[in-house]
Amino acid sequence: MFYREAGQFKTSYAADQQIFPITQDRVGVLLILAFAFLAVPVLFNEYWLKAILIPFLIFSLAALGLNILTGYAGQLSLGSAAFMAVGAFASYNFMLRIDGMPILLAFALGGLSAALVGIAFGLPSLRIKGFYLAVATLAAQFFIVWALTKFGWFSNYSSSGVISAQEMEILGYKFVTPEAKYLLVLAIVVLLALAAKNMVRSSVGRAWMAVRDMDVAAEVIGIRIMHTKLLAFAVSSFYCGVAGALYAYAYIGTVEPEGFNLDLSFKILFMIIIGGVGSIVGAFLGAAFIVLLPIALDVMVQEWLSGILSPSISSNLQLIVFGGLIIFFLIVEPHGLARLWQIGKEKLRLWPFPH
Amino acid sequence: MQFFLEVLIGGLLSGVMYSFVALGFVLIYKASGVFNFAQGAMVFAAALTFVGFQELGAPFWLALLLAFAVMVVLGVLTERIVLRPLVNQPPITLFMATIGLTYVIEGLAQGTWGATVRGLELGIQDEPVQWLMEATDIGVSKFDLFGAGIAALLVTLLALFFQYTRVGRALRAVADDHQAALSIGIPLQTIWRIVWAVAGFVALVAGLIWGARNGVSFSLTFTALKALPVLILGGFTSIPGAIVGGLIIGSTEKLAEVYLGQYVGGGIDSWFPYVMALAFLLIRPEGLFGEKHIDRV
Repeated sequence: MFYREAGQFKTSYAADQQIFPITQDRVGVLLILAFAFLAVPVLFNEYWLKAILIPFLIFSLAALGLNILTGYAGQLSLGSAAFMAVGAFASYNFMLRIDGMPILLAFALGGLSAALVGIAFGLPSLRIKGFYLAVATLAAQFFIVWALTKFGWFSNYSSSGVISAQEMEILGYKFVTPEAKYLLVLAIVVLLALAAKNMVRSSVGRAWMAVRDMDVAAEVIGIRIMHTKLLAFAVSSFYCGVAGALYAYAYIGTVEPEGFNLDLSFKILFMIIIGGVGSIVGAFLGAAFIVLLPIALDVMVQEWLSGILSPSISSNLQLIVFGGLIIFFLIVEPHGLARLWQIGKEKLRLWPFPH
Repeated sequence: MQFFLEVLIGGLLSGVMYSFVALGFVLIYKASGVFNFAQGAMVFAAALTFVGFQELGAPFWLALLLAFAVMVVLGVLTERIVLRPLVNQPPITLFMATIGLTYVIEGLAQGTWGATVRGLELGIQDEPVQWLMEATDIGVSKFDLFGAGIAALLVTLLALFFQYTRVGRALRAVADDHQAALSIGIPLQTIWRIVWAVAGFVALVAGLIWGARNGVSFSLTFTALKALPVLILGGFTSIPGAIVGGLIIGSTEKLAEVYLGQYVGGGIDSWFPYVMALAFLLIRPEGLFGEKHIDRV
């Protein structure tokens, strides 16, 4: 009743091609953004900002990056955490070794370093496909973590490769409070998400999708495979790299290479699978799900079962429930939460009428 | 030269251990096209179950039988609960489901038997073979030889099973073409159950050998990560590939660690097999024995 496009006519090409063609969507997105920027820092306490919202945004960014590569360009990758590590350590080194380095530039350079590494490890994708490629990306995962641990230069010769992120300062303002960090992360994520959305609906994105659906056919119609695949690896790694830098600077503060292990890569992969492969909003939904699920499980176990079960059993129980829920979600909605969102919107167009 | 040979033989024999795990992957991938990441967790669960039953007082053969039964039940349940509802989904979805399954199996196994590290005794000492030591001065572990023997036996058994039994023929038919197999009346779901049960058996054998070597602990699940480069090197669909791939990966890994590791600070065995498999794939994208894939538009 309220959510329908009847009466909204597109009279120009610009109107036809905008991201949110329906007025209600535009208003809705603006409301969400206004809420996120203005209301959230006031309404939510420090715990929520630090432990839930900031990691949610950072993982959304990483999931966005992986979704570009896996969801849009169809190249399955199990090394996203390693690219996050490259972003984090590169940003750290740019900040450390260049005096007066602006933090945002350091993030961008960290992302670019990750993009370069991504291109290098994306090269095999020109020959290898499918699960062979997925296993090959594990080479990136293990090699990068090993290199960051082994060569002390990357971590300024600290023991076992631990780095402590420097303070974030923009134009003299220090980002110390959780609110400030949250807003900074939010701004970066919103900008990059907008860029990603525009990228996937431009010729670049269509080329990615053509390669995903069938690369031989894409080549036949004149898409440069090498260029397209490597661009997907570069952009994806850039996003992961920036996410990694934010992970180190705005979330954890002190990171070690081992923190970016295979489990984290799987986590990001879970996010895009559960959120929806090949969907921008899916990356956010999936990240929310994967960030919130362990916390919710933890709370539930402590609320109801803390007296009954020993901690080791309850941690195993959490493992079982986590795995079980993932399987359950895959069975119930293999296209992810983004599809549920879409179905909801379709339903909303008719509501409250039956037709 | 002697040292080189010793490293080489040690590497080859440890490669056999990787092959065990890779074998389980291959069986399931061949029959159902599922990349079963839970194979490592199955190895862990099988070994833990075996040790658990032994601790309850079961003799060796009974514990073996019970552990095998548990693995069969696990396989059947997996087919029923996880795979059947996911028929016709893209491979990546199935892959993710098996990662979820990994968590479930790990949680179940540890929840049932506890997470303490246990020893596993097979009655074979991990010591050099005496006469070989005297004759050629090369130390070869008895235990490794025993493992290699078991591997040879297992592969022979599997080959005979695939080649000469009715079920084996059906398995090969399913591996070749799901639809064609269905259309001539091969029950796909029964076949999948059998395959998961066989993979469970392979996991049990792998778990026993690995467990006797390194102790039964959570780190057994990481054997899956050791098996992956073997898998891409040998090809996802080839049993001989898993064996040959294991030998190549095992020997080069050890040789690289000994001869190259010192120049870069050691610890390269975490990634070296992957990079090597990767380099190999650039030359032959479908692995050593994988089926050549022809793309049609």
